[in-house]
Amino acid sequence: MYSSRTLVKLVLTLALTLTLLTSMSLSQATIVAFDFNDPQKEARFKKFSEELRCLVCQNQSLADSNAELAMDLRRELYKMIQNEATDDDIVEFMVNRYGDFVLYRPPVKSTTWLLWFGPFVLVFIGLIILFKVIRAVNKGGNAELSTEEQQRLHNMLKNKNEDNLS
Amino acid sequence: MSRFLIPLAIFIILAIFLGIGLTRDPKLVPSPLIDKPSPAFDLPRLYDPEVQFKHTDFQGKVSLFNVWASWCAACRSEHPFLMNLAQEKTVEIYGLNYKDERADAKRWLVQYGGNPYSAIAYDHDGRAGMDWGVYGVPETFIIDKKGIIRYKHVGPLHPEVWQKELLPLIEKLKAE
Repeated sequence: MYSSRTLVKLVLTLALTLTLLTSMSLSQATIVAFDFNDPQKEARFKKFSEELRCLVCQNQSLADSNAELAMDLRRELYKMIQNEATDDDIVEFMVNRYGDFVLYRPPVKSTTWLLWFGPFVLVFIGLIILFKVIRAVNKGGNAELSTEEQQRLHNMLKNKNEDNLS
Repeated sequence: MSRFLIPLAIFIILAIFLGIGLTRDPKLVPSPLIDKPSPAFDLPRLYDPEVQFKHTDFQGKVSLFNVWASWCAACRSEHPFLMNLAQEKTVEIYGLNYKDERADAKRWLVQYGGNPYSAIAYDHDGRAGMDWGVYGVPETFIIDKKGIIRYKHVGPLHPEVWQKELLPLIEKLKAE
């Protein structure tokens, strides 16, 4: 007879194995679809399918997506790579149909300047503010105390000395 | 005073930008095909497979080119509008039956009230749709007399977008 504890362990292990197995077969399903005779071509296919967006499920790449359009585009990409299309040809094919949005790495042009350089501008502004604050703090440290404040400081120090003596 | 004003100003600017972001639909991707000649295709028609439908058929008139499929749920809600439009005869309506089965497509048209299209190109494997940058059926293109794409609408057509955008454009293109 199994104790209830071993039984629970057994069930948990089984559940975990099943989950892992199904997730493995799922992730394989999208990769196995195309055969390449040349590892270099396969690398290109992988690179492009990860850098191109699936427009149906916008936050997934062609490689990740199981949408019908993504499958069609992967097939098209496969054909282009087998026919020795250049990188520019492939990018042009996609951009002509779906616009720059299809590229996860958008080109630098006037409409994308804010996207590319905005973060640097923000860091620059942040640095200026930081320097200003630091300078203000340093200046504040050198400021003279008013007579009232000096009196308070004097009292504090005096009390402390008395504490130490007693 | 400026201690509070500056963060408040930054907050308001941020809130305005994020607010604008919320009102925009990320599903609507601007089409690179606008103001370009319609992509070349040569497909059999849905009803007479022996007759071809070519991109050159758009020449000489203003056309509305509607991409649809029998598996597309949103096309169902669009269909009555297209039927009305076909009766008004304001514009030549053509269809692209995208990634569909011939029998399913014909049955769908009968089931949902008729055929509003002057001609339907049958794009079984979706290759022509790919050249048109189709990613969310239904999609509608307006093509001018020279065969140049002037407008694209993603999603079902409805009277509001028709009155506001398509009709004024079609009137303008007809006068050209």
